[in-house]
Parts: sequence; C-alpha cells; structure tokens
Amino acid sequence: MTFGLNKKLTIMKNYLKGTAFVAVASFFLFAACNNPQQSEQSTGSPDVNTPLPAGQSSVQDDESQKNIVQVASGSADHSTLVAAVQAAGLVDVLVNAGPFTVFAPTNAAFDALPAGTVDNLLKPENKDQLSDILQYHVAVAVLKTDYLRDGQKLEMVNGGMITISKNGDQVKVNGANIIGTVEASNGLIHVVDQVLLPQ
Amino acid sequence: MKKNKIVSVSVMIIAVSAILIQWGCKPQTVQTAASGDAASKVYVAPGTYDEFYNFVSGGFNGQLSVYGLPSGRMFRSIPVFSVDPEKGYGFSEETKPMLNTSHGFIPWDDAHHPDFSCTNAEVDGRWVFINGNNTPRVARIGLTTFKTEEIIEIPNSAGNHSSPFVTANTEYVVAGTRFSIPLGNNTNVPIKSYKENFKGTITFIKVDPTSGNMSIGFQILMPGMDFDLSRSGRGPSKDWSFFSCYNSEQANTLKEVNASQRDKDFIIAVNWKKAEEYIAAGKGEKWPAKYAHNTWDDKTHSATSTMMNEVLVLDPTKVPDMVYFMPCAKSPHGVDVDPTGEYIVGSGKLAAVMPVFSFSKMIKAIEEKNFDGEYQGIPVLSYDAVLHGEVQKPGLGPLHTQFDDKGNAYTSMFVSSEIVKWRVSDLQVLDRVPTYYSIGHLCVPGGGSAKPFGKYVVAYNKITKDRYLPTGPELTQSAQLYDITGDKMQLLSDFPTIGEPHYGIACPAELIKGNSKKFYKIEENMHPYVAKGEKEAKVVREGNKVHVYMTSIRSHFAPDNIEGVKVGDEVYFHVTNLEQDWDIPHGFAIKGARNSELLIMPGETSTLKWIPQEAGVVPFYCTDFCSALHQEMQGYIRVFPAGSNPEITFSLGDLAEDQPK
Repeated sequence: MTFGLNKKLTIMKNYLKGTAFVAVASFFLFAACNNPQQSEQSTGSPDVNTPLPAGQSSVQDDESQKNIVQVASGSADHSTLVAAVQAAGLVDVLVNAGPFTVFAPTNAAFDALPAGTVDNLLKPENKDQLSDILQYHVAVAVLKTDYLRDGQKLEMVNGGMITISKNGDQVKVNGANIIGTVEASNGLIHVVDQVLLPQ
Repeated sequence: MKKNKIVSVSVMIIAVSAILIQWGCKPQTVQTAASGDAASKVYVAPGTYDEFYNFVSGGFNGQLSVYGLPSGRMFRSIPVFSVDPEKGYGFSEETKPMLNTSHGFIPWDDAHHPDFSCTNAEVDGRWVFINGNNTPRVARIGLTTFKTEEIIEIPNSAGNHSSPFVTANTEYVVAGTRFSIPLGNNTNVPIKSYKENFKGTITFIKVDPTSGNMSIGFQILMPGMDFDLSRSGRGPSKDWSFFSCYNSEQANTLKEVNASQRDKDFIIAVNWKKAEEYIAAGKGEKWPAKYAHNTWDDKTHSATSTMMNEVLVLDPTKVPDMVYFMPCAKSPHGVDVDPTGEYIVGSGKLAAVMPVFSFSKMIKAIEEKNFDGEYQGIPVLSYDAVLHGEVQKPGLGPLHTQFDDKGNAYTSMFVSSEIVKWRVSDLQVLDRVPTYYSIGHLCVPGGGSAKPFGKYVVAYNKITKDRYLPTGPELTQSAQLYDITGDKMQLLSDFPTIGEPHYGIACPAELIKGNSKKFYKIEENMHPYVAKGEKEAKVVREGNKVHVYMTSIRSHFAPDNIEGVKVGDEVYFHVTNLEQDWDIPHGFAIKGARNSELLIMPGETSTLKWIPQEAGVVPFYCTDFCSALHQEMQGYIRVFPAGSNPEITFSLGDLAEDQPK
C-alpha cells in the first residue's frame, strides 16, 4: 500500500489477478506481440530497408513497476479492452511516460454494447473510430478520485469531455461507476462498468 | 612608384592565397578518407548495442565518461573528482562528503587512469578505479549504478599519478606519488634540499573482495624522485607491481632538462606479497597521517566522510628483498606487463630503444644477486641480466603499450604521432600507423589484462588541430579507432571526447550490461528524511532549520504549496522520487538557490539546502523532462520576513475556493 492504493482494492481483485499472473501474462503478451529489437550488436552494412523496430512496448524490463498496458494485460476481465488497444495501435502510446489515467471498461461492459458493435470496431477499416473511442477513455493526467470533484469536467485525449459525479465515496464518469482503481508506473487505471461513448 | 607597390603587394597576396588554398585542400589519402569498408565496421544500427564498453578518463575535467565501441557513441559522464551540477554531484547534501579531503571540500581534480577490477588478472566487470592526480586520491566507481561509490585520499603523496593499476585479484590498487616532497614533522625546508629531505611513497590500498571498500594497507618509503606509471603482474609475476620513475637525478628545478641527465632511470619492481609479510610481522612503522575516506551508501543514498589518522610505512632500506630497481632508458613513462606476466615493457619517452624485461630473468638475477650497485640503498639489477631484448627504433617518444590476444604489442609514440605494432616474442616491428595528432595513451579491449580481447586499438590524442570543425582557440580532443584484426592496422573513425581523453579501458559489454541497476527499491530506502509515499510528505521546523519531506512522481511534488518559512532559515528539501520505473529520474530546482539542481533517481532521496534571502513567493519545479505534464510539475513556497512567527502549512491539491470546476 506504499502508493496509497485505493481502498477498493478488494473489489479490484475480482478484476485483476495477482501480481504473479500479471507478470506472466504480460510476458506472454509481449512475447507474442513484439519482436525485441535489441540484438547484441549489428555492425555491418546498414540496411535501409529494415522495417522500423517495435516501439517502447518492446523494452524488456521485468523489474520496474508495471505500466498501464502490462497491468491491463494481466487482467482476465480486460481482454476485450486489451485487444482493442492493440487493434487501435495504442500499445506504444500507453506505455509512454504519461502520466495517464485510463478508464478501463470490463469485458462485461463491452458485452453490454449492442450485439456486433465490438466485432465491427475491431475491423481494420474502423481503426479510426475505435481509436477515437479508446482515446475518450484516456486522460493525460493522474486523476486520483481524492482530487476529483462533483460536476468536474475533464478533457480526454480525443478532445471530448467527461463529467465527474461524486457522491461520498461513489465516483461516476458520465454515469459509469468507478468500481476499482489500480496504480501503474505511468499512471492510474480506474475500472469502469460501462464503455464511455464520446458525447 | 606607389602604383608599383600596389601591384607587387597584389601579386604577393595572390601568391600567398594560392599557397594557403593549396594547403587548405587536404590530399585524399588514408589520413582523410579511411578505406572503403571503414564506415560499416563502426556502424551500430539504431537500437542495437555496441560490442564493448569504453571507459575514458576526462583528465582535467575530473570525470569518467562511458562510450561504446566500435561506434564511439557517448553514453554517460560519471562525476568522480569534480562537481557536476547536472547531477547535483557535490551540490546535494548527500554527495558533498564524497569530495571531502584533509584540505576540506575540493570541487575538482585531474582524473587520469581508470583500471578495471580483476579476477585472475582478467577484467571482471565489477568496479573501475581511477586516480585523482592533484590532491592525491583514488576513487572506486560501481558498474551496477555507474556511480562513484568511494574516494580515499592518499597521505604522504603529492600528485597521485602512478595509480591505480589493480593487482591480479584486486587485492590492492596502487598509488605512487608523482612529486617527492619533504615528509615527516619538518616539511618547511628549502626546495634546494631536495636530495637531503625529499622522499617519495608508493601506497598499496587494500580492496575488500566483496564490498570493494578501500583502506590503506601500507606505504613504501622511496628515494626522492618522480613516479610515473605502473602495472601489476599476473601469472608468474602476480605478487609484484612495477612502477616507472624519472628524475633519478633528484633535480628540484627545470626538470625538463635536469631530470634527463642520466642515461637510465628505473623500472621499480615491488614484491607486495613480501611487503604483506613484513606488515604481518609488525615491521611497519606507524606514521601519523591525516586523510579522508569517503564512502557512498546506496541504502541511505548518502555519503559519509571519515578522517583517518595513521598509516603503516615500510622502509625498503630496512626490510630487504622487497624492492628492486631495473635500469630503463631515459625517463620511462609507461611500464606495461604482457598478458602472460613474463614480459615488462619500459617506454623511455626520450630513448631510441624500448627495453623489454623478462620476469623470470629478473627473479634469477635477484637470486644470483646480479646487481649493478644500488641506488639510495636499494639494489639495482644488472640491465643485461634482466633484459629480454630491446625493440629497435620503435618510433619517437614511446609512451604506453597495450596487448592483443595474438602475442602482439601496440605502443603509442607521442613525438612521432603513431601507433607501432610489434611482436613480443622476437621484438620485431610489424606495422605502424599515424595518429592525428600527438597520441598519448592507447587502449585495446582488455589490453592491460591477462585476457585481451583484441579487435580494436583506440588512440587518445592530445591535439586535433584541423580534424574537426573549429570551435575557437580550444578544440575538442579526440579518440581514433583502428581495426587490428588484420596484419595492417586500419583507421576506422575519429570521435570527439569530453575533457582530455587521458586514458581508456574497454571490455566486452557482456561483462557489465546485465548487472545494470534500473531503480532503487523504495522499501529499501533508509534515508533519514525519506517520505515513502505522499502521505508521509510533511514540513517540519526545528529551530531555524526547516525540513521538507517532499515526494515527486509523475507529475507533481507533494507538497507543492508550502508556507511559513522565513528569511534566513536553512530550508532542506529532501526530495524522494517515488517512481519505481527504469529511466524516470525527477529533478528539483528552486529560484535563487546558490547551488545546483537535484537529479533524483527512482527510489532515491536527495537534499538541496536553500536559504531564502527575501520575503515573497518563490517557485520550484522539476528540471528533468519526466512526462507529458513535466511543465506542470512545479510548486510555490512562501517566505515570511525574518523575525516573524508564521505557522508552517503545506498542501497538495488544495484549490482556492473561486477556482472553476
């Protein structure tokens, strides 16, 4: 609790597995998705046709505190969100220095969307629309619930605004409940029970 | 008449211009255009690693810089003997004790010779030792943090040049004084009494095999002269260290003439195992000596300086069989031991030949007492009895020798600006290449150890003149990289260095890179003023001292509003970087501080002392571009007049009532 983890951590356990699982799962995710670009040395003829190496998400570091993507990837209940972040090409963005706050809808929240919505968004031709929706879930700021105020409006990465409502310990974002919070190295994840739709 | 004068002046100008233009166009020879495949040999693709680490002393900048080979890319400058405001080194309260000496705080020194710690005379990648030349010191740099972890001052020394040159298993690092000086109780003596009163010392600094911590084992009292360089033995010679010396004439003035009168100076062979026996037998004399020993602790993130008061001294005229002199052609600079430990190369920088001594012959000569008299009570071995042979006409001004993995030696020639490759077994010169210009030391990866890695030799040049775009009277100094895999050395590249690239060492990256620390664990932080989370952040007044227990994390300080300090208070900002993420330092600076910034590593606590000078509101901010909201990472402290009695308050996120939501 060094970092003052939200009291709702017990709730979080329903959503996020233990640290060990996070580490293992994220390892597999990265092993599968990224080609580590650090070779020992490559002197010799420069090949201008070599494709660009993977971005910051390919950095191999199993010691530092997990970043937002690594934490989310370790949560079995966020597999839809993680797949969407990958499809939208936002993985390298969300491992950046940030700091970010991500409102992370659960799989159930995505399932509650009209049938076929998610499958449709994951199609390559809808990448821009998907990206816009996901960026509506991300703020460049550390938005601790302690510092949020009722009625506060905050700008998200896609340019849209969210509205905070606060009633005692209960914090809502556009009507979605924040049902847990976990800290990552580069920011915060607030788990929410609804997908936020750009307004 | 006047017209003629103008014509002739014009002709002269044209003629001179033509000459200048011609001089300005450098011929396209190997000097300016390295041969065709050179570029690919030094190309390290973006995002890939170099094969070797290269640690290069900054000479008069007092630092140690880290480069990659073959690219020549610079990764880091490690402050050692000189303050570095960029890193807060020598400015933060925690680092100030690192630069403490018996003379008080000294913000600068001249850093000369880095040397790796060794196991079985092979580079083991744990530490780098380096000497401070001016106010005699030796430092140890850890290769997990790339930080200076320890500095020990050398008493009874004046100019620690012949240092550190680690023994085969890092039992000792050595420190021979460049200047002899009057020692003992009465040091206020006429300079002209050099022969009578001046003495030198060679110090053996013991290194703890686990922690690396240094302590002075013993000092050997030597005749008054100048000690230059050193190299420790390995294999058969592992119990010995070798030192070069000059000024055996014992001149006290105009040494550039008067220290070169004799045909030969000496290579000094010291049997440090024998010295250990004498120390164990109580033969060391206790001398009072004041010297500082400064250590860094990664748990408290702080340095401690302890003043020591005694050393053990051995006098070789009283304890025999420990020190011998080998005659060496005029004013030797480098003394270098080959990888097998059998051959000892003396580089007489004013001599026409380069003697190579044989260790086994030296032992035989000692056994047979094959002496050529003695010098100041120390036996001088017969030159012919200890000589393996002489490298004939190697070049002008031989200075330093390194070795490859194939039995070859590479000697730098300062005066003739070249590297000369020669074979150790038969002393034949095999190849020579020019350097640009005036090479000092040189480096083959592992080239001073029992296991050289070969592949490259790097020249550290003193003068660059026209090699780079000019930058006024002072030009960059430079390293030059040569491929030594073939019969002929091949110039591959020039790369600029910061400070004077006085001396370099290199080793395969594999020996070091896997051990590099990523951050400090916050739960292990034992700093007395740490705040391990924002809830521990606070401001405490103790008389006129105000301690701010501050935290930093992307992207704010806690607290970021502080009120109630007074003009003249000593305010200590103890900033703990809460990040537990690789490569995320935070900085801290406050307006008007007569000091530097802090640069705080993840998990570390650093302290900046600030004495407010006038009442008002003063801003502070994060100086390291940490995040997208780095520019927002800032705060205010309100200063009240001296003599007032304000309450200390502090907060984070406490908005004024009239703020829009």
